[in-house]
Amino acid sequence: MAELTMKKKRPKNLDLLTIKQPLPAVLSILHRVSGAGLFLFLPVLLWLLQSSLASPESFAMVKGLAGNIVVKVILLGLLWAYCHHFCAGIRYLLLDGHIGIEKEAARMTAKISFAVSLLATVILGGLLLW
Amino acid sequence: MVNRIVVGAGYGLRDWIAQRATAVIMAVYTVILLAAVVANGGSTYEAWHGLFASGFMKFATFLALLSLFYHAWIGVRDIFMDYIKPTGLRLGLMVVVIAALVGYAGWAAQILWRL
Repeated sequence: MAELTMKKKRPKNLDLLTIKQPLPAVLSILHRVSGAGLFLFLPVLLWLLQSSLASPESFAMVKGLAGNIVVKVILLGLLWAYCHHFCAGIRYLLLDGHIGIEKEAARMTAKISFAVSLLATVILGGLLLW
Repeated sequence: MVNRIVVGAGYGLRDWIAQRATAVIMAVYTVILLAAVVANGGSTYEAWHGLFASGFMKFATFLALLSLFYHAWIGVRDIFMDYIKPTGLRLGLMVVVIAALVGYAGWAAQILWRL
């Protein structure tokens, strides 16, 4: 009980804006942000899938849309969100299996996740969008 | 640890597992789709349409989309539980999300089986 009271007296800083976040924390919040973004764009993505499959005319319309630079940038952003969510998600599955849970290993795998998802975004974006 | 009184209610384990199972299904599907696009090419309508014409791809795509909608539900629910404090607003938003996702599932079936 005495220990508990002692612990409560420690200085606390919960101001997120003044805390320097370690890389795994940045990865984590971006996992959430990318997931939310992908969810919000679901109707748009389903509509694009529908149009791309419905007829040669609507397929050509989707291709034309994807030629627009603003649409391209949005799709590239969604592609990054998918890749980041994918890589960070696999990292979480490994963490669930107690793989890479030490601090140094966790920071290393966070770095790898960022690197792989950015590289995948560039490669897939180059192949599919440009 | 929180001392909880056992009342027989769910503690979220089912959703925790479902979130991971659906993630694995989507990850495998992503690899299959990418491989198919690279092998078959998706740059013409015929190739893209042909990709989804087989029974296997229809099934796999529909399974991956249903996994996506369930996965999205768990994730969005977690976000709402963390940030939306007023209970009425939170429950209202959850109902809206469930309705949207169920609608998307019907829409996805229609997209795939109309081909």
